[in-house]
Amino acid sequence: MADLIAALHLHKAFGSLQAVKDVSLSIPAGQIYGLVGADGAGKTTTIRLLCGALKGDSGETRIAGYEINRQTEEARAHIGYLSQRFSLYEDLTVLENIRFFAEVRGMQASEWRPRCMEILEFVGLAAFKDRLAGMLSGGMKQKLGLASALVTRPKVLLLDEPTTGVDPVTRQDFWQLIIRLVASPEETGEVAVLISTPYMDEAARCHRVGFMRKGALIAEGTPGQLRARLNGRVMELRGSPLPLVKQVVSGQPGVEDVRAFGDRLHLRLKEAYSPQIAASLKKIIPAGGGTFVDARPVPPTLEDVFMALAHEENQE
Amino acid sequence: MNSRLISIIRKEFIQLFRDKRMLALILVIPLVQLFLLGYAAVNDVRNVPLAVFDQSHSVEGRELLAAFQAADYFKLTYAVDSNDEMLSLLETGAVKAGMVIPPDYAIRLQEGRAQVSFILDGSDPTVASTALAAAQLIGQSKSTEMMQQKISRMGSTVKIQPPVEVLTTVLYNPDMISAYFMIPGVIGMILFAITAILTATSVVRERERGTIEQLIVTPIRPIELVIGKITPYVLLSLFDAVEVIAVGHFWFGVPIRGSLLLIGLACSVFLFSGLGIGLFASTIANTQQEAMLTVWMTLLPAIFLGGFFFPIENMPQILQAISYAIPLRYFLRIIRVLLLKGVGIESIQGDMLALVIFGVVIMSAAALRFRKRLD
Repeated sequence: MADLIAALHLHKAFGSLQAVKDVSLSIPAGQIYGLVGADGAGKTTTIRLLCGALKGDSGETRIAGYEINRQTEEARAHIGYLSQRFSLYEDLTVLENIRFFAEVRGMQASEWRPRCMEILEFVGLAAFKDRLAGMLSGGMKQKLGLASALVTRPKVLLLDEPTTGVDPVTRQDFWQLIIRLVASPEETGEVAVLISTPYMDEAARCHRVGFMRKGALIAEGTPGQLRARLNGRVMELRGSPLPLVKQVVSGQPGVEDVRAFGDRLHLRLKEAYSPQIAASLKKIIPAGGGTFVDARPVPPTLEDVFMALAHEENQE
Repeated sequence: MNSRLISIIRKEFIQLFRDKRMLALILVIPLVQLFLLGYAAVNDVRNVPLAVFDQSHSVEGRELLAAFQAADYFKLTYAVDSNDEMLSLLETGAVKAGMVIPPDYAIRLQEGRAQVSFILDGSDPTVASTALAAAQLIGQSKSTEMMQQKISRMGSTVKIQPPVEVLTTVLYNPDMISAYFMIPGVIGMILFAITAILTATSVVRERERGTIEQLIVTPIRPIELVIGKITPYVLLSLFDAVEVIAVGHFWFGVPIRGSLLLIGLACSVFLFSGLGIGLFASTIANTQQEAMLTVWMTLLPAIFLGGFFFPIENMPQILQAISYAIPLRYFLRIIRVLLLKGVGIESIQGDMLALVIFGVVIMSAAALRFRKRLD
């Protein structure tokens, strides 16, 4: 099966700022692809290029087989897009919003009402169908945005930081909706989802994750593959007083990064963990005036990977 | 009609009717302007306050005064006892005109060479020029009258006639009521302002609130978006035009001598200029305030150079030349002649053509700039 989202060598500059540099993506049906990166890394611009809201300087994007800049309207008929900012009509009700987006995407009058109610049930907003969108809470607004993106059963879902500023419970709900959507193709049709997020726990839920930095896609893979880059290189250290210990170990050769993690420290090592490292720390910390409690290797998280990639940036 | 277009129009209408304050403004503003301009912006000069320094204390002096008061032009507000007092009244603006009747007025009148002096406050030229003409006219008719009396007393029955008499006939607006001139103008101004401002702000609002981003990613074509968004405002503007014409006719008594069909046609053609300018402004502005200001910048010259208040013929050549680029100019001429003169299409076709050309040019320019993209 062909990729529903296929982008090749996208470039986009705003004046002298190279916002997107040579980004290529291929996302098949049934996949949730997470785009992560710091603010300003180029995530939003990439998504806008994919949906044709911006025209790239070069490169090609195909959505469900249609080239976005040449067969714009055909391609867009397959896109459900949720922008970072709430961008529905606050002076329309929930139902009026969904109806509007259903109709302008070509849904017939006979279909839209049952479908709108179905989608409102799906996102849990059916009880609020007559409420003005402006009167909804932040989380409900995002659900409404998702509902109006989904109402025409698009094959491609482009979600730009849909959960930013949303409470944890709603974030959970939101993810459950997306997972249900992708997991049941017989019910909802084949869907490919591209979601950008600043949250690493959300990135971990994706099938594939791409890291963006300064407009370029610098690492890509399943969460497992990405974590494997740091296998064995993350160590948990306990000791006291924590600020002192942190200061002492920070200067050690072989230690790339130290971060406080509640009552313990996470160390990223230049090479894989070995008992020798723990042994040397055991000596160095008391010499610096602190107490060594415990050191052990821990599995890396995507957050560790993200920090490591950000670190490379500072090295450059 | 295509269903996307209908959806956009329906959406715009829902939003329009949900914003009650805005709707009220759109419907009430024309009336406010109509009443303001119909009553306040009148050039008709009546009841100019007059101070009199009557040094003659004679029957003849009082007769002259009575003649001045008989016409509505002057209203005797002060009788003063010195020139200084009169000047200070003029200075404070308490009176706009002063008349000095000399002590020997009665005697000189007998001799047939009486003089009175008339002093005018020229700071408002409209008032001054009308008052001047009125004063001369009253003086003249008074002297004719007295000459006639003199001749009668001498036993003659000959009626004196001035050698040349100009018989004036004022066509179309015989009483020269300013409102007849102003109210057709209000129609033009309202049609232009409402369509341009509402079109500009309604498009820019989508950008300002971020909703444009969602719209862009739908299969809506730019032309559908434009037509869908402006249709409600076109209808509303036409409704406003009907409102202004109806109130102008039934309240202010402005005649409607031309055909309603032609008036409707002229309004519709003129609308495109307002829409085009609004749409063009929306492609420049990023916020609703910017859009408003951009439209205002075209509105003010339109009102002043388009002949709304002041006749274009009296303007310097350069301004007259600029006024050809102002659509309101053509529409004002059309609507005034249609309402007051009741002419047919043949008398307005040149102006209509100008409006069509302007509409096509500005709409095309706006359409070229109007992109369904973020950058």
